[in-house]
Amino acid sequence: MKHASIALGGKAAAPPRPAAAAPKPYRFPRFEIVTLDNGLRVIVAPVRTLPVVTALLLVDAGASTEPAGRDGVANLTARGLLEGTMHRDGNALTEQFERLGASVFSGADWDTANAGVTVLREHVEPAIALLGELALTPSFPERDIARLRAERLADLLQMRTEPRGLADEMFARFVYDPFSRYARPEEGGSDTVSTLTRDDVRRFYTERYRPRGSTFVLVGDVSVDEGVSIATRTFGGWDGVVSPIAPPADAPARRTRAVHLVRKEDAPQSELRVGHVGLPRRHPEYFRVMVMNAVLGGLFSSRINLNLREAHAYTYGAFSGFAWRRGAGPFVVSTAVENDVTADAAREILLEIDRIRAAPISADELSLATSYLGGVFPIKYETTDAIARALAALAAYDLPVDYFDTYRDAVRAVSTADVLDAAQRYLHPDALQVVVVGDASQIRAPLAAMELGPMLEYGADGVEISKD
Amino acid sequence: MRIPIESYRLSNGLVVTLSEDHRAPIVAVNLWYRVGSANERLGRTGFAHLFEHMLFQGSEHVEANEHFELIQRAGGTLNGSTWLDRTNYYETVPSNELALALWLEADRMGALLPAMTQQKLDTQRDVVKNERRWSMDNQPYGTWSERLPALTYPPTHPFHHSLIGSMEDLSAASLEDIAQFFSTFYRPDNAVLSIAGDFEPAQARALVEQYFGAIPRGASPIPPLADMALPPRFGATHREVVPDTVMVPRLFLAFRAPVFGSDEYYAGSVLGAILGLGKSSRLERVLVREREIASEATAFTFDLSQGADLLVIDATARPEVSSDTLEAEVTQVVDAVRRDGVTRAEVERAIALIETSFVTSLQSAGERADKLSMFAAMFDDPRLLNEQTDRYRAVTAERVNAFARERLGTDNRAVLLYVPRHGEEGEPDEAEAASGAAR
Repeated sequence: MKHASIALGGKAAAPPRPAAAAPKPYRFPRFEIVTLDNGLRVIVAPVRTLPVVTALLLVDAGASTEPAGRDGVANLTARGLLEGTMHRDGNALTEQFERLGASVFSGADWDTANAGVTVLREHVEPAIALLGELALTPSFPERDIARLRAERLADLLQMRTEPRGLADEMFARFVYDPFSRYARPEEGGSDTVSTLTRDDVRRFYTERYRPRGSTFVLVGDVSVDEGVSIATRTFGGWDGVVSPIAPPADAPARRTRAVHLVRKEDAPQSELRVGHVGLPRRHPEYFRVMVMNAVLGGLFSSRINLNLREAHAYTYGAFSGFAWRRGAGPFVVSTAVENDVTADAAREILLEIDRIRAAPISADELSLATSYLGGVFPIKYETTDAIARALAALAAYDLPVDYFDTYRDAVRAVSTADVLDAAQRYLHPDALQVVVVGDASQIRAPLAAMELGPMLEYGADGVEISKD
Repeated sequence: MRIPIESYRLSNGLVVTLSEDHRAPIVAVNLWYRVGSANERLGRTGFAHLFEHMLFQGSEHVEANEHFELIQRAGGTLNGSTWLDRTNYYETVPSNELALALWLEADRMGALLPAMTQQKLDTQRDVVKNERRWSMDNQPYGTWSERLPALTYPPTHPFHHSLIGSMEDLSAASLEDIAQFFSTFYRPDNAVLSIAGDFEPAQARALVEQYFGAIPRGASPIPPLADMALPPRFGATHREVVPDTVMVPRLFLAFRAPVFGSDEYYAGSVLGAILGLGKSSRLERVLVREREIASEATAFTFDLSQGADLLVIDATARPEVSSDTLEAEVTQVVDAVRRDGVTRAEVERAIALIETSFVTSLQSAGERADKLSMFAAMFDDPRLLNEQTDRYRAVTAERVNAFARERLGTDNRAVLLYVPRHGEEGEPDEAEAASGAAR
């Protein structure tokens, strides 16, 4: 590699690589937490850089709180909020929002349900009044609930030809014990969704949508006093308590390695998922595990991507991650590779998992991961929406109130020894499930020859195909 | 909603735009090169995008992939993207790392070629081929983004061919192509550099001069594109039916539209939002909620500033709905707008949604820098960013209705319809018969 030297004969030397100036201080936006008389927790973060406000109502009504046999009701209920209230039908409701320039959204994830809106400052009051109306007095019209159910069933049907979604769902199914809610799709599979009724939705709403246990987050061009007053006006009359529910069982389906081949005929690429049951969000070693994952496969410049993409050109990209939930979400390496290198790619992923458990990462790798995670922290929180979601996570996982202020110190405190320790304790090569969605006729033999473990084969519906 | 904007030009032709604010200690650097897939020569489809990948493979003083590593180590985010008429490269970094981002961009603008090798090209060629498989060939309906331009721009038009490129053309790309493309298009007089966020203007100007000032202008004029001009309408309904490995039909209905930035564009953009932005848009209300024949229905524009733009409706059928019904129902919504016009309330709703989305996007330094580059690169005037809200607000129902009458007729439609492939091979299926009959 060449370096710039002294300029000769009037020709300018290339300017040298610059050193960083001293970093400037940054603090996550200040916020205050106030609990209303009815138990609703209100978090207000005044961020007055642009005339924009994001409001987000968070309810303890995610997929993992669903009653047995009612998979999908959390999502159907959350989406159903936008379908009308005691005062107006769904068309009128969404039109009211949109005439204020407000895009209203609602949905449910594993742990919580949410409904929210981002709006210009001048429309905050009417927009939040509407948000309160849909959250407190939804009508769940029979016909619209039936329509949302049909739309979910249509999504499930489409997934049979969509290899990425299919690979994710199959991975969950092969990793978790069948009794775990995590083994089944977050928004429900067709067996339960097709049986959901308006009564199921009403019942779920009545049990789970209560102020005590819920959180209202307001971020943007508002003061704390204003925010609390808006929250009191909107939600003060709401009452009731939601009972906390233990996170879902997260036992694995298998304790030994296996290969699961899901047939997708004529696929020009294989979708690959390799992983096992991971850790719950409130794990005490969260930061060590996150830094370890950043080195393994969390960044563009991490080991798995540089190996599979830049060294071998097997793929457009390869990444690893822990899905953080109240219970133990999965650890998974995801990539899509050409058919003829599918088995080689699986081998390289297993090698990288072995390698990060075998020896300490270099100081350079550690500093890349920690300086990246610390440095992008302010970039992640540029928008009111991103700040509101971060505060929602704080509430959903009961993180300490100084979590954001101590985040960068916690990242910087991780050592190479911590990373090795985390890799050895929380990555389990012998328990990895290797899931491949692809053209079985081309990839079956090379995968079998790799002898990664017993190989099982399935149709696109996930039903095992018996060998004869 | 206005942001501060300064703009000037270096003696080598590089346009620089600056937008200073100190909301957070971060700064965005963004470069637009006026080159995209439209500039590719015959037999080299996909090259502009492959070239974008090569820009991350190092330059004279930067090793392969080191650009990524240095920016991530600095605590920054980065990427690049290629479109029909431009390629952009961008970083957002903690503000104390501004010099690093500028230095890296300057090194690859000034001295890319010493780092280029056959092995790097071969690797990125395979990466891009896998990107094609991932985003297009192994995705239901994935080919729409190359089929729609092919259906709506004439074969000789620079926007006709595939942006991601054919496997054959990607295979043919050589190091000589890299050298030629670089010297032809990657030069300061064909680029815009924008900086937005937390910086001191005097210091930023000095850094820009130090790093970019000595990069020479291009040696020869930039080769002009083939004639971009097109009549305002297709002149007929173009049609392509694609049997694909999909479970339900999906329709793309496109209309030739006025170029981005023109007065008429804003009327078309508002019409697109009336039809397909938000939950109470016409398509969502009629097709998803009331008729229950579609599970999703949206509308959008490509935002091309030369030749002609496209306004596109995208609707996915519910499983029990045939492709004929889907097409007939979407067509009815379009015909109704054209016949009966839109209401003032619909126009106001659309403008309000667009304005909120615009202001909200300006919260991000990266978005501000990218929009500045866009207006500077396309119209030589970054200050147009501050006029967008007014231009939308000036749209009236009359203008939208005039647009609908002129542009939504059967003489200006392109139907790209995906239908589930039938199981049996060799059996002529309904879709292929329909496709044949339409030609």
